[in-house]
Amino acid sequence: MIRRNDDLIIETLARLLIPFIQAFALYVLFLGHYSPGGGFQGGVLVAASLILLIIAFDLEKTTKRFSEKFNVICNGGGVFIYAGIGLLCILLGGNLLDYSVLSKILPVGPEEARALGILGVEIGVEITVAACLVSIFIDLAANGEN
Amino acid sequence: MRQFLGFLVTMVTAALLIYSTPEMPGWGDPNSPASTHVSPRYIEKADEETHTPNIVTAVLADYRGYDTMGETMVVFVAGIGCIMLLRRRQHK
Repeated sequence: MIRRNDDLIIETLARLLIPFIQAFALYVLFLGHYSPGGGFQGGVLVAASLILLIIAFDLEKTTKRFSEKFNVICNGGGVFIYAGIGLLCILLGGNLLDYSVLSKILPVGPEEARALGILGVEIGVEITVAACLVSIFIDLAANGEN
Repeated sequence: MRQFLGFLVTMVTAALLIYSTPEMPGWGDPNSPASTHVSPRYIEKADEETHTPNIVTAVLADYRGYDTMGETMVVFVAGIGCIMLLRRRQHK
């Protein structure tokens, strides 16, 4: 169980760093179309920022903001977003994960719809990876006391 | 005798594998079977078909999207497995 030890330097540095790490995670996610990046890498960055929050402060304060229930919902929700986009493609008359048929409900052409479909599934991957890593860290750090 | 037989089988297998190694296509050979099947189409058409300049992302999430969905489910199942093994509720 990680408890708070009131170190001013560490807490201030974590307070400063965490928003930038999370903004950089979103940057990596959206830059996946143009350079190395994407859902897996961005998800690891989001998880790293939350793990830094747990280490710099304590577990109870973090799980009050990012509860374990919400964590499990995020864990399954990312897969649900991914599979839901695939199912939506079937319902719109295409094959599984054939994003070009999304142009029927989005105001873009088939090619841009494929780019947006890629972005949608990357967001799902990011949520699942981040929630999974954080939940593993919480379960190990709590040492059976949560 | 049995040890000698096992040694012989191992040596023959190793000799066959070493003998066939030079027949493998060279590293990065553009004429190897793996590089002539679907790769040229991805390289030529990925940008205009998906408007994604990064071909790796286009193959990962669009052409091979079903594979990546399986990968995401592997991550999900790994997380659920860790929760089932490690999370202990205190009975109050």
